Amino acid sequence: MGILDLANPTRFLRFVQIVLPWLAGLCVIVFATGLYMSFFTAPEDYQQGATVRIMFIHVPAAWLSMMCYSIMAVSSLGTLVWKHPLADVSAKAAAPIGATFTFIALVTGSLWGKPMWGTYWVWDARLTSVLVLFIMYLGLMALWRTMEDPIKAGKAAAILTLVGAVNLPVIKFSVNWWNTLHQPASVMRMDGPTIHPSILIPLLVMAAAFTLLFFVLHLMAMRNEILRRRLRAMRLKAAAQTRPASTALSPQAAE
Amino acid sequence: MDLGPHSGFIIASYALTAAAVLGLLLWVIFDRRKLEADLARLAEQGISRARRHQPSKGTEADRT
Repeated sequence: MGILDLANPTRFLRFVQIVLPWLAGLCVIVFATGLYMSFFTAPEDYQQGATVRIMFIHVPAAWLSMMCYSIMAVSSLGTLVWKHPLADVSAKAAAPIGATFTFIALVTGSLWGKPMWGTYWVWDARLTSVLVLFIMYLGLMALWRTMEDPIKAGKAAAILTLVGAVNLPVIKFSVNWWNTLHQPASVMRMDGPTIHPSILIPLLVMAAAFTLLFFVLHLMAMRNEILRRRLRAMRLKAAAQTRPASTALSPQAAE
Repeated sequence: MDLGPHSGFIIASYALTAAAVLGLLLWVIFDRRKLEADLARLAEQGISRARRHQPSKGTEADRT
């Protein structure tokens, strides 16, 4: 099965059925390893103490919140430019997952901020731009719900998603462009990570676990969305089959 | 394992993350069960996705 064959929803569902159990199993193994390393092998930070353990979920969730939106932006291009049959399915399925990861990043960051910064929240450029991302996710989910036709909703959401993608570089570079309370990048840097390997490795393992979790949930949600559209198509067909009979019974038809 | 004086913040972070992920996972699983039950109910009523051969242009159902 080639990659282009997956454009067919039926073939995609077959692909999900084969891949999903393996991916879910791998996700559980990597999560177990990452959690063990986070709590039992990673040392306490010399400044943060044990609260560094919050970083093992906060940082991967924050990365995934942006990766998920990037996938939605690429899917939106697929909807508008290439009219790929699964592109808007992918974008719609990713939105609640992205919203959840962004929520986790915001809440865990807040819980880390209280003991480290002395406050749960500041209207700092990084925190505010991530909050905007969370609101964007909720807005897109609401937009999909307001329109009956999934094809029209997909196009409208694709335009909004691409407009909202402007926020991604703002989030990434906010710590460089503005004077923020949030620390600058310490992993993805031109001169290499500034974190000691004893903390960096558990962080990367947890990032891999979160990435696998995203793909597991995304495939499951895409499968649901395909089933939802099939259900809608069948209901429309059922309504079309019953319409002539009801028309025949109406008084206007009798006249 | 000693989580230090801020153990409450650490435990709350992991508990909220677990709750959010579990909630999402359960929502996806129950959504699928409901969709499959609805599809099975329509199939029992004799409504299938198979199209009658028509020379007209494609419908929305073609994309699903």
